[in-house]
Amino acid sequence: MFVRINILVVHSLIVLFCFYSNNISASPEIKYIVEGDNIFNPLGGLEGDPRNGRELVRNKNKGNCLSCHHLPIPEDDFHGTIGPSLIAVSQRLTESQIRLRVTDMKQVNPNSIMPGFFRGPEKMNRISSIYENTTILSAQDIEDIVSYLITLKTIQTKTF
Amino acid sequence: MRKQYSPFTYITFFFLINTILCSLTPIILHAELISGYEFISEQAKEIQNDDFQNPGFSVIENGLDIYNEVGENEVQCSNCHGLNGNKFIPKSIAQFPKFHEILDKPVTLRDQIQYCWVERLENFPLLYDDIQLLALETMIRNKAFGEKVNVDINEKMKPYYEAGKAFYFTRFGQMDMNCSQCHDIYTGQMLRGQKLSQGHTNGFPLFRLESQKMVNLPQRLRECFRSLRAETFEQNSDEFRNLEIYLNARGNGLKIETPAVRY
Ligand code: HEC
Ligand code: HEC
Repeated sequence: MFVRINILVVHSLIVLFCFYSNNISASPEIKYIVEGDNIFNPLGGLEGDPRNGRELVRNKNKGNCLSCHHLPIPEDDFHGTIGPSLIAVSQRLTESQIRLRVTDMKQVNPNSIMPGFFRGPEKMNRISSIYENTTILSAQDIEDIVSYLITLKTIQTKTF
Repeated sequence: MRKQYSPFTYITFFFLINTILCSLTPIILHAELISGYEFISEQAKEIQNDDFQNPGFSVIENGLDIYNEVGENEVQCSNCHGLNGNKFIPKSIAQFPKFHEILDKPVTLRDQIQYCWVERLENFPLLYDDIQLLALETMIRNKAFGEKVNVDINEKMKPYYEAGKAFYFTRFGQMDMNCSQCHDIYTGQMLRGQKLSQGHTNGFPLFRLESQKMVNLPQRLRECFRSLRAETFEQNSDEFRNLEIYLNARGNGLKIETPAVRY
């Protein structure tokens, strides 16, 4: 009985820890090349999963893009209006342009309010010790989001 | 002879002027000070306006109880400030933070309460997030309800104000944003379901609907820092004190609403 409770406690701690460390993203070891306003190659050569991308843009601990942008995601009641609407964004921007904007908008507009989701942490001021040396999103997250955004060609909702 | 214009010219002019006016609106609006009250829901406004529903009023009651307790040396606040604080001068309360000649630095209303608590009542100092200090500040600030915020930023206050202003425009944390971006540039826009206000301080201490808690300004600022994923500052740090000077002075002219109800 006692042992079982112990195992339970240890297990939930591990689960909690994994969950926690999952929320805190990977270190930005992956390098990328900016040409003009593009990043042509997928970060780390990774392949994106648009379905996961759609979840990441909603998730408040991940992209949380909905807090500033309108997106064709009717399940969420509130969409922000700080940034331009991303409905049919891939009519306006190419994949490589979107990749740079999601990776680090400040390389397009240095005064932008949009967080640099894969911007080097050494460029930030007073990052909380919990998030030290991390980026908001991992390279895989960025690729997932890019692969989702390039599916937004029309004003229609995408559900996959 | 008067020149005749075709109706199209008039229509074009009408639209031209409209376009100019519309594009100027943000700038015109911006020049105007708007209390956070104007950005909350009708429901929240009702809670704020109703003394029975507004949780701030029970905090004021607690504040009055503490106000009427005697200190270690048998002195109590009312010896100087009258029964239930009726000798407090609203205009003077509305001037905080102000320069304290003896301490030779600016003090917030919180600092001033702490100063009297320790020096005049000879009590053990309160922690900066002690609910007793919060209750006293709410009760005293409420004495200046409806009075216009009026922080002096000249002479000795000037360098502290300037430091606070520089802080306000500094980017912080992993989100890498500064206060001005949300509270000057994108005021009125939606952050998900939340309308961005001008970030004024005339309602503090206030009741937060999100956390269902009464908070003073430094406690709210710590929340801001958490959401920016930034390392915060101590509640009684010089950084937050300077920022409070800037924020209050930035809202000079707004009416004090303590205890306000906000998101
Ligand atoms: C705090 C606000 C904020 C957040 C959060 C945010 N953005 Fe933005 N975004 C903006 C703003 C503002 C712009 C306009 C460009 C600028 O700032 O110069 C923008 C521009 C963009 C653009 C270019 C659109 C165009 O038409 O040019 C893309 C693509 C984009 N954002 C994607 C995202 C994605 C994906 C996320 C989440 C992973 C995200 N944004 C999160 C504020 C935000
Ligand atoms: C990402 C956007 C964002 C940034 C950056 C930001 N805030 Fe806020 N702030 C908010 C939101 C949202 C609220 C709650 C709604 C409101 O009152 O605007 C808020 C509320 C406030 C309030 C309470 C206003 C009231 O009437 O209750 C103050 C004061 C404030 N912020 C000051 C600051 C300061 C100082 C900074 C910089 C350290 C800052 N904010 C940075 C989004 C932001």
